[in-house]
Amino acid sequence: MSKTREVLLNPIFNDNPIALQILGICSALAVTSNLYVTLIMCVALTSVVSLSNLFVSIIRHHIPTNVRMIIQMTIVASLVILVDELLKAYDYESSKTLSVFVGLIITNCIVMGRAEGFAMQNSPWPSFLDGLGNGIGYSLILIIVATIREFFGSGSFFGYEILVLVQNGGWYPGNNFALLPLSSFFIIGVFIWLLRSWKTGQIEEPEYRIARNNLETKEVKPRI
Amino acid sequence: MNKNDTLLKTLFVGISVCLFCSIIISTAAVELRGLQQQNKLKDQQSKILSSAGLLTNKTSVSELFSSIEEKIINLETGEYEDSLDPNTFNGRLFESQDYSKDLTTSIVLSSKKVLTSKTRENFAKIYFYKEGGQIKAIVLPVRGLGLWGTLYGYLAIEPDLETIIGLEYHTHKETPGLGAEVDNPRWKSLWKGKKIYSQSGEVKISVIKGLVDPDSSEADYQIDGLSGATITSTGVSNMLSFWLGDLGYGKFLKKLKKELEEKEIFNV
Repeated sequence: MSKTREVLLNPIFNDNPIALQILGICSALAVTSNLYVTLIMCVALTSVVSLSNLFVSIIRHHIPTNVRMIIQMTIVASLVILVDELLKAYDYESSKTLSVFVGLIITNCIVMGRAEGFAMQNSPWPSFLDGLGNGIGYSLILIIVATIREFFGSGSFFGYEILVLVQNGGWYPGNNFALLPLSSFFIIGVFIWLLRSWKTGQIEEPEYRIARNNLETKEVKPRI
Repeated sequence: MNKNDTLLKTLFVGISVCLFCSIIISTAAVELRGLQQQNKLKDQQSKILSSAGLLTNKTSVSELFSSIEEKIINLETGEYEDSLDPNTFNGRLFESQDYSKDLTTSIVLSSKKVLTSKTRENFAKIYFYKEGGQIKAIVLPVRGLGLWGTLYGYLAIEPDLETIIGLEYHTHKETPGLGAEVDNPRWKSLWKGKKIYSQSGEVKISVIKGLVDPDSSEADYQIDGLSGATITSTGVSNMLSFWLGDLGYGKFLKKLKKELEEKEIFNV
């Protein structure tokens, strides 16, 4: 696999920001009760993270180390406001539903994490691709979570009714739990479990083991 | 020390990044403002129309809205307030909430339970839908506390001033699938034809827990509760009894009723 492809595709399964790095969980919980809104959020985040990576990388040789976080933040925040303004102008309905969560992209750990962790050390083009890859990795999980939540919670897929709800005169009692942000935790948890059973390299070493309380065992070497 | 870390360079980079970003953002904000305001206006107008059951796919919102007459009323006296121009009437979210911040244009309430603010403004903008000079519907802005925040909406009533046409919320923060079912078309359709006031003139309409028994004598005053959203349902009841009562539009509605009745006698 070429280097550029690796930078782009790695964050999707091998180094997924949500599943492996456990970043950006907050919005994954908050905006995933409806697939359409989730897609808008994914596009917004992907464009912010890739563009912020690009711009940070362009000026990376000139950023003073003391204020680098603030400079990155300024760039990220400007992009987020830009996205918010565009959304209000062109998709008013979803901007109303997303409300504060678009603004909260600023605090999405993925954005700052990639700017600080990748863009500061790499040239613009790979940085841009890295942002894009991470955005797609994030979107992948959000879309999976939203599909499951919308299906079980509202009985629909992309707003198209599949199971007719009791409220609308059908037979399906919507699963209220799936509509609450909490359910995303479970879905993400199951996803991580499946992903790690497939790619066993992602399983983390336990931080400590309990020493065997057994007289026959001699000294147990402490793990450092 | 790194050449980037001198005071001069730090200031230079900081200021130029900020300057550059602010130019881009202000340009975008100014360029897009027109579109955004248009969107917002259209959204509000469509909610007003839809509360009165006038919204159709065939005619555009702005065209339909041209048959709506806007009026400012004084909630304290129940009279029209002609000194304020409806077109420039200043208020957040199309309404008059800003007047509640000033003690000279508001009254103090005994509890914060319904409005979240301690005061209620004295002025409100209401909407008449007229056909051939005859009032066909009156749309009143209402707001009140739900579970996560204030719900803002419009209540449309028939010219008999006792029967509801519809209730439509344009801004709220309720939980999707639970409290946000206030937007469910089926639930909204339940409001049509419900009665507001009891025989003695009290506000009687309320959202009950569970389903309304259609045979009950109270059925005309009751709306099915939203299951799993008791606090939102209570909030809706509370805000209606507030806004339709004497602290809300009550005084105005009584005066208007008298006026309309006199007109009718005169016409006959």
